[in-house]
Amino acid sequence: MPSSDLRKSGDERASRELFEHVTSPFCGTLPDDLVVERTDSGLKVVGNGDAKSVAGFERKLPPSSPQLGGKDVSFDQAVKQAAKLLAKARQPLFGGLATDVEGMRAVLALADRTGGIVDHALSEAQYRNFKIMQSTGWIMSTLTETRNRADLFIIAGSDIHKLHPRFFERIVTPPDSMFDVEAPQRTVVFIGKGLDRAGAKGSRIGEVITLACPDAQAGDVVALLRARLRGFRVKPRKGDGVTLAKIDALAELCRNAKYGVVVWAPPALNFPFADLAVEQFTGLVSDLNLTTRFAGLSLGGAEGAITAAAVCGWQSGYPLRVSYATGAPDYDPYRWNIARILKEGEGDLLVWIASISPDFAPPATKLPTIVLGTPGLKLAGAPAVFIPVGTPGVDHAGRLVRVDNVVSLPLKDLGRSDLPAAAAVLSAIEAAL
Amino acid sequence: MLIKLTGGKIYDPANKVSGQVRDIYVEDGKIVAPKPDARPDATYDLKGRVVMAGAIDPHTHIGGGKMTIARMLLPEDHRGDPVTRTRLTRAGSGRSVPSTHVTGYRYAEMGYTACFEPAMLPANARQAHMEMGDTPMVDKGAFAMLGSDDFFLRQLAAKADFEAIKDYVAWTMHAAQAIALKVVNPGGISAFKFNQRKLDLDEEHVYYHVTPRQIVVTLARALEELGVTHPLHIHGCNLGIPGNIESTLATVRAAEGLRIHMTHTQFLSYGTEGDRKFSSGAARLTELVSKSPNVSIDVGQVLFGQTCTASGDSMRQYAISKSAHPKKPVIMDIECDAGCGVVPMRYRDKSFVNAMQWVIGLETFLLFDDPWRIFLTTDHPNGAPFFFYPHLIRLLMDKPFRDDMLQKINPDAQAQSEILKSLTREYTLDEIAILTRAGPAKSLGLVDRGHLGVGAAGDITVYRDDPNREAMFATPEYVFKGGELVVKNGKVVKVVQGATHVVRPDYDKSIEKPLKDYFDRFHTLAMENFKLADEEIIRGDSGAIIVQPTGARVS
Repeated sequence: MPSSDLRKSGDERASRELFEHVTSPFCGTLPDDLVVERTDSGLKVVGNGDAKSVAGFERKLPPSSPQLGGKDVSFDQAVKQAAKLLAKARQPLFGGLATDVEGMRAVLALADRTGGIVDHALSEAQYRNFKIMQSTGWIMSTLTETRNRADLFIIAGSDIHKLHPRFFERIVTPPDSMFDVEAPQRTVVFIGKGLDRAGAKGSRIGEVITLACPDAQAGDVVALLRARLRGFRVKPRKGDGVTLAKIDALAELCRNAKYGVVVWAPPALNFPFADLAVEQFTGLVSDLNLTTRFAGLSLGGAEGAITAAAVCGWQSGYPLRVSYATGAPDYDPYRWNIARILKEGEGDLLVWIASISPDFAPPATKLPTIVLGTPGLKLAGAPAVFIPVGTPGVDHAGRLVRVDNVVSLPLKDLGRSDLPAAAAVLSAIEAAL
Repeated sequence: MLIKLTGGKIYDPANKVSGQVRDIYVEDGKIVAPKPDARPDATYDLKGRVVMAGAIDPHTHIGGGKMTIARMLLPEDHRGDPVTRTRLTRAGSGRSVPSTHVTGYRYAEMGYTACFEPAMLPANARQAHMEMGDTPMVDKGAFAMLGSDDFFLRQLAAKADFEAIKDYVAWTMHAAQAIALKVVNPGGISAFKFNQRKLDLDEEHVYYHVTPRQIVVTLARALEELGVTHPLHIHGCNLGIPGNIESTLATVRAAEGLRIHMTHTQFLSYGTEGDRKFSSGAARLTELVSKSPNVSIDVGQVLFGQTCTASGDSMRQYAISKSAHPKKPVIMDIECDAGCGVVPMRYRDKSFVNAMQWVIGLETFLLFDDPWRIFLTTDHPNGAPFFFYPHLIRLLMDKPFRDDMLQKINPDAQAQSEILKSLTREYTLDEIAILTRAGPAKSLGLVDRGHLGVGAAGDITVYRDDPNREAMFATPEYVFKGGELVVKNGKVVKVVQGATHVVRPDYDKSIEKPLKDYFDRFHTLAMENFKLADEEIIRGDSGAIIVQPTGARVS
């Protein structure tokens, strides 16, 4: 466990400091080219910021104190009370989990010790992927590989530009790429009529094609595409103009692509049985690899979701939705889904970690709740215990795993505050048990 | 703190001690000269016991993205082997791709005190070290993978100055915190991204127009001139393909006297004889390697049961996807750096191919007569999970047991096992101590590991001298790590963290200028963030770094 002091001493810092190569913890793709300046009035993103990162870094923290039931107490009192509640709980739930690698390690140590259930608040989206990976496998790419190699992008049913404002700039239209994909230019295909296409412009982009089906039907359109690629006769779609001629034209593009990448973002596929849409996307990739090269690229992963699944994966053997109640990790993606557990009134204590964005409040629950949150977290009411924690990459150093599950990045301590890391608070609670 | 181990039979081949009864003194974590007059804080009476240095696994996939992909992919692998928390140890999961803590506990409980991850993609080095940081009990280290990364291939294609290539190799080893360098399907992982499905030793990469032979020779020479102790660790071309013995032999010859290590050769020693056009190339390989003192090997023995293969060799892993069991392969193209393929696999003794793989591995062990140049591996988890090692040791030490097992395999494979049947060799304890300790330590350049001489680390394993060697090696009576008793009767009694071994060959810092330019133009992270700082291992993972010596750089 990290041995960092609970409260860092901020007094050695210069009052003005410029940080380069700063990683933004506010986006799952973890752009690390930000330039951030700290002055007496706070942080300012002076290079390569997007709206999300600027809002995240430049947010002014309201004053905040550890609290019990809304009343200010000392840090030690709050830790002691949290330990007391945990010791008493028979089925503690460790949710939210917006934290870094070190924070997840501390969560798992505590859940292991207290027989808890571990699940990230954005697991539902990740499970659209996991269900498919765990049943059929898949073929995937990563950000740098795609940036340099792809000659065909298929953006499938997901508004990537809205979710990841820098994706097109960094991955699809960079000024330079390594292999000869300048000519012919990159082709971008949007499957879904509601997708923001503004990013697909500039000298790197050749054709932009839209198959204007309802976004939630991208999986159906890809299923038709797969059928046509195999030479099957199919019934044409009706009503949205996605004709067989258009699908066949896309099939031809796919066959001729040297390295096609199907891009989706599980959080955008917010409809019932969305895993079946993911299955079509990965199935298309799989089909095309018989003759050419294709790969999937899944985005999303905000609020430390990828990190939480990775650390839980290597420490327990399972990607979240794990219960330690028996003393050994038990995996059940249905039962140990904390959103379900809360809805159905199970469990007897909620421990909620929200150290990144202030919008990541716990769902409404009657359970006593311990919140380790960034100051300003939009809580509906006063939890049993509130302990303010720092944001990794802003208030303290840390590490996060990127959305492609390969690269992880170091996060800098930019000195916004002296707030402790969630990891340090969780370890203090564990020590007080 | 002084402890005395008295009366045990010492097997310490590095110091030419073979079963003699001697006392060992360990003070403050290190083995010291006998102190007959001192009063030890603890004395262990080891009469009749076999004492060896802690075992070292020089090739085991224990940390890094592909292992966590495998863990996430295979809940069914873990369900049958839940590991409950104890007062000392963390909960987790076992079986073929165990969780990190369980990996550390089980290795220690089997007498191992160091494990080396052989396939760390530099782009994934941070995560690999984090996972190893969560693997307690054993020392760790990792081999950085190069040879399909675009920076190197661009250098090679542009006929860059060889000193710059060496600088890049050394820089990578620093940046990724590596102890050695591995090449996997040289150039082939990159070629697969260009839709090449095969890349033979002298076949050109379709984009860079370089050959695997050039890649191997360049990297092997770079390491030699950088003074890195462990030679280039080579996973050759054509893995798994019948007939690949030809390219394997050609790779050995290609080294032309440069030191190389050919890894998991079992997967690369296939002939095309017999009715099924699949046969053992072990005799040809061991004959050539015996005559090539510059070459060492490890076997990658296949043992029967469910496991999961995980490799950087995306080209070949994709090709074997159709044999996946269960059918859910994961293939990745990674970061203009490398790739990976995770393919679950069930080896069946009744399958002709699987049985032949078993035969080929055993033939390799038994035909090769220099134990200092062959290491005991299953290429965990690729040939079998590491907990099969005691079974494998018994196969090597016990001819009647081996013959019994041979009776159970596919009859056609039995019929094609004349060589194996004829081999009466039984490994001795000395030889096992070399294969599992002294040899790997020497090859990796771990100066104070793998032996029991004065100055060595107090990493010591004590076994009961059980004629059933499987039982003996499965459950050591005592394991000491850094002079502390950590395992007793095959159970962890104290949890320790273990250190990370690295090497730091010299390089010219000016290599960072073209590297920075490369990262800025093409990558999605900054060069500065690609590099893994010592602080991340020491503070972030509560670990320690041991820098092993390198020789002087020469040109």
